[in-house]
Amino acid sequence: MTRTQLRRIPAYLFLSFAVVLSVFPLYFMAVSATNTSNEVVASKLLPGSHLLENFQTLVDSQPLFTALYHSSVNAIATTVLALILCSIAGYAFEIYHSRAKDTVMAILLLAIMIPFAATMIPLFRLFAQLGLVNSTFAVIVPLIATPFLILLFRQASRSFPHEIIEAARLDGLGEVSIFARIYLPTMKPTLAAAGVITFLFSWNNFLWPKVILVDNAYQTLPMLLSNMRAGYVTDYGSLMLAVLIVSVPTMVVFLLLQRSFAEGVTGAIK
Amino acid sequence: MSAPTAPTEDRAPGAPPRGTKESPGRSKRVPLSAIARRRSLTGWTFLIPAAALIVLVNFWPMIQALFLSLQTGRGTRLSWAEPLWLNYQRLFEDETFRLTMSTTFIYLIIQVPIMLILAMVLANLLNAPWLRFKGFWRTAIFLPCAVGLVSYALVFRQIFATDGLANDLLTQFGILDGPVNWLGQTGTARMVIILGLLWRWTGYNMIFFLAALQNIDRSTLEAARVDGANGFKTFWYVTMPQLKPIILLCAILSTNGTLQMFDESYNLTNGGPGNTTMTVSHYLYNVSFRNSPNFGYAAAISYAILIIVAILAAIQLKVGDKRD
Repeated sequence: MTRTQLRRIPAYLFLSFAVVLSVFPLYFMAVSATNTSNEVVASKLLPGSHLLENFQTLVDSQPLFTALYHSSVNAIATTVLALILCSIAGYAFEIYHSRAKDTVMAILLLAIMIPFAATMIPLFRLFAQLGLVNSTFAVIVPLIATPFLILLFRQASRSFPHEIIEAARLDGLGEVSIFARIYLPTMKPTLAAAGVITFLFSWNNFLWPKVILVDNAYQTLPMLLSNMRAGYVTDYGSLMLAVLIVSVPTMVVFLLLQRSFAEGVTGAIK
Repeated sequence: MSAPTAPTEDRAPGAPPRGTKESPGRSKRVPLSAIARRRSLTGWTFLIPAAALIVLVNFWPMIQALFLSLQTGRGTRLSWAEPLWLNYQRLFEDETFRLTMSTTFIYLIIQVPIMLILAMVLANLLNAPWLRFKGFWRTAIFLPCAVGLVSYALVFRQIFATDGLANDLLTQFGILDGPVNWLGQTGTARMVIILGLLWRWTGYNMIFFLAALQNIDRSTLEAARVDGANGFKTFWYVTMPQLKPIILLCAILSTNGTLQMFDESYNLTNGGPGNTTMTVSHYLYNVSFRNSPNFGYAAAISYAILIIVAILAAIQLKVGDKRD
């Protein structure tokens, strides 16, 4: 080994250490989902054969499928609506750029600095007055338009050539068609990044659903997990299985789209 | 969000035209034609749904909360406080508010710097040209971000239980003599929360730093090397100044996030022992929705959080500017 190669060993060791620390809690979660409660307490670190029994216990004791359904509906509706609203807004801020629109964007960006804590109570009161407590509508509305996503799409639109738009206009295409048929198909990495961010946020969101979904019949998966904890569940195997089930979709989405996510973030920072 | 916003500033009125070619209609300074006016209108219709919604779910409630914070009463029966600032006066006498606020600041002051430094070191390692298996390292270190806050809080709760994995491993390796009640003592329980935050968010910040590092102009690094600067000097004097906007962004976002932290406090320690790990947002939740809700006082707490977030962001922006 040359001297430069030797000097790189600490770097590899440090990275390996970071990877072990990052992955280990997840490994423990996955392994524990296959073990009995006693084995979890005994810190067994090898996969066991109790997965199906844990699943049976979980389904028998918790409304898992109802919560799964609510979480899926919330996350998918939020993601689809957010992508539509924010992509078209970001496109408009850039392509139909004007000073007035820049001012509007600057004001909207201030919203990023408003803590959710400061808006939570009036939002709850608003939806309560409208009789929308426990509704899907109330869960998703505060999440679908965010200045961050608009910014992401605006930055991405910056590299989109204006000549193409002019050419499409000469061909007689309407403004909406230009957006939907010419612009959107070129925005796949940005759509993926925005989609991942929104889906993960909505799927994992805890505080707002907990506030607005007063009736536990409408609970989402994170609420179900939290209630299992509060109920002092003593079957740790099925508890870890529940955590695993909640985490699997987000990990899959993340692993499939992480390249696009990194590209999208890079695009936004440029 | 200062880094993504930064480009907004270089487009301020009077700034030179942007890199991409301007459309003909805009560069010619002719009075707006009917077509141009219609296009501008189309632009507004495209952005108004999102803009209106942002105003409705952010700005409007924020103003409502201000009015609410000047009212007292339980549940829905509210009346103007006498004197108007009564709720704010109460904040200063509230022991639990003071405790939860200082706990939140302990998390902030210990966790955010460690996390940002770690993320910076990792990002630089991942950006090294000689590193192999880059994708693997990046994915593995970023992976905790794919896990929900409630999920990881429960896993950490399990690991740091008295009969949990941490105690078993540490006693096995002879680091501890006997099991420690991690979540039952103030100091260790706060430490577990900080460890959890580090675990969950370091990779997230690393991705931002990595993206910024990859955007750095290579020629500036070459120039530094030609001038004889070593690795550290190049990083400190050439790379760091170019990373400043993104460091500022991550610092502000992390500060903001820590001050609003709820899920970990609620699910990992449930605020215990004796409210000493409770964050101020967790306390806000309890005042708002536990037992008999006191929305007026809760709104005052939420405004305290809002003001502190704003002050800290202003300080960070100021300090970030000075280092030029």
